Amino acid sequence: MIDLSINTELAHKILTGFIQTEITRTGYSRAVIALSGGIDSAVSCYLAASALGPENVLAIRMPYRTSSKGSLEHAQLVIDALGVQSITVPITEMVEPLFERFPEADKVRRGNIMARARMIVLYDQSAAFRGLAIGAGNKTEILLGYTTIFGVSACALNPLGDLYKTQVRQFAAALGVPEVIINKPPSADLWQDQTDEDELGFTYEEVDKLLYLLVDERYRPEDCVAAGFEGSFVQDVVARIRGSQFKRIMPPIAKLTNRTVGYDFLYMRDWGT
Amino acid sequence: MKLTIALSQINTHLGDVEANLEKHLTVAEEAVAAGADLLVFPELSLTGYTLQDLTPMVAHRPQATDPIFRQLLGVSKKLDLVVGFVDEDQRHRFFISAAYLSGGEILHVHHKVYLPTYGLFDEGRFFAWGDRVRAFDTRFGRLGILICEDFWHASPPYLLWLDGADLMIFTSASPGRGLSTEPQLESARWVEHINRAYASLFTTFIAHSNRVGYEDGLNFWGGSTLFGPNGKLIKKGPYHQEALVLAEVDLNQLHRTRARLPVLRDERTRLVAYELERIIGDGRDSNSNTR
Repeated sequence: MIDLSINTELAHKILTGFIQTEITRTGYSRAVIALSGGIDSAVSCYLAASALGPENVLAIRMPYRTSSKGSLEHAQLVIDALGVQSITVPITEMVEPLFERFPEADKVRRGNIMARARMIVLYDQSAAFRGLAIGAGNKTEILLGYTTIFGVSACALNPLGDLYKTQVRQFAAALGVPEVIINKPPSADLWQDQTDEDELGFTYEEVDKLLYLLVDERYRPEDCVAAGFEGSFVQDVVARIRGSQFKRIMPPIAKLTNRTVGYDFLYMRDWGT
Repeated sequence: MKLTIALSQINTHLGDVEANLEKHLTVAEEAVAAGADLLVFPELSLTGYTLQDLTPMVAHRPQATDPIFRQLLGVSKKLDLVVGFVDEDQRHRFFISAAYLSGGEILHVHHKVYLPTYGLFDEGRFFAWGDRVRAFDTRFGRLGILICEDFWHASPPYLLWLDGADLMIFTSASPGRGLSTEPQLESARWVEHINRAYASLFTTFIAHSNRVGYEDGLNFWGGSTLFGPNGKLIKKGPYHQEALVLAEVDLNQLHRTRARLPVLRDERTRLVAYELERIIGDGRDSNSNTR
């Protein structure tokens, strides 16, 4: 029996402390968040509002013309519930010229362009609002590489990256995130009717348990099969983890000198603070 | 004899010794005002924990000529204190260290003997391994100091016990990990278990000071504890927030507990030495641990 339940009170204490400390020690007091209307960014927004005060959080809605109406409305539910500041910056006008220039681009290319356009807006608002970008990538999508590199996974700090998707769901319920957001099928909303679980080919419920054994409990793939997981499913997930390692590290620098950033020039980001 | 122990679970500035010294001085004033006799700061309290390449830049010699220690030695005329720092020896080896200061003197310096270099830890990359586990005499009796991973191994507390330490001071900068449905992290639960076990097994006082705050994504969980010779929790600090945890300790409890439970009297050290000698042997037995 694999139980991924968490103590949400303890998680809340640690993660709000993390946001508060890691933002203020850099001399900032505010945060910006790309609020998609989905569960992950909603949870990040709840945590940020709790850590910094709602007046110090700017939620940014960035719809594309085909984005579902639900996404915008659900984001608004969060904004209203928390009383955070908000701005809506449609990305349609930003991305359409590129789509027209490359009409052959498939939906993945177009989706990536949209994700990166949102990153541009997020970082520009970070400068304008003088707030650091808080991310919302969860452990499941980070491990599976189910995210656009240099897209909205770009952030200054990420409070959710060590929680699996199913744990984020439990956390969201405890935080009081509106049920309509928790219960809808997860989607990047990059094209119509896209859902994560359709695209991945398995449910978060299933894959989180497998990832927990592989990663947290250090099971070998064959141990996971012995524990009852389908061999092909285990292979697929192991391959996804390995194949997406490039998304989880800084680009490697070719070493030439005796001291090289990334190898033997080692400092925490919090150096000196 | 009674003494009041103050466990200071502070946050630190990473690599800013001056700023951390300021905090030590402020906390010490507070502890003096509260009537503390002994103030214990966490592991690497003067430097911060995840130092990496900052290590050689933040090292200090524990002596009166050092500008940082000069001020701390001044404070030690008002109360005894344990501070965490990076010691650079004369051969320029760097140690994770804790110094015991009392009456303007440095009574003892402990160099961490177990440097975790696995999982999220990388201490062996930056620090030298200490090679002494020694108890020392103070105005409160004989004490011993261990630093974090030192007491994840059973042998250093055991050695201190045999060397006469009736109050063991444990310091740590323990990164919190292991979130479940439990009210505390797994790392916190683990440390509390073993500290209670040491107090019980050795019928002694165990005072543990653990820092709080964050370094990048690492959280430090605090929850400093003081256990007595009956294995009972005397005092516990809050998790994840700065606090000065004060508790009065009645050292006469050692008399009462050990009259009831003479495990120290009956400990067969010759037998231990004899069997250890056999187990270590010539190092050829692949089952034995001969490091």
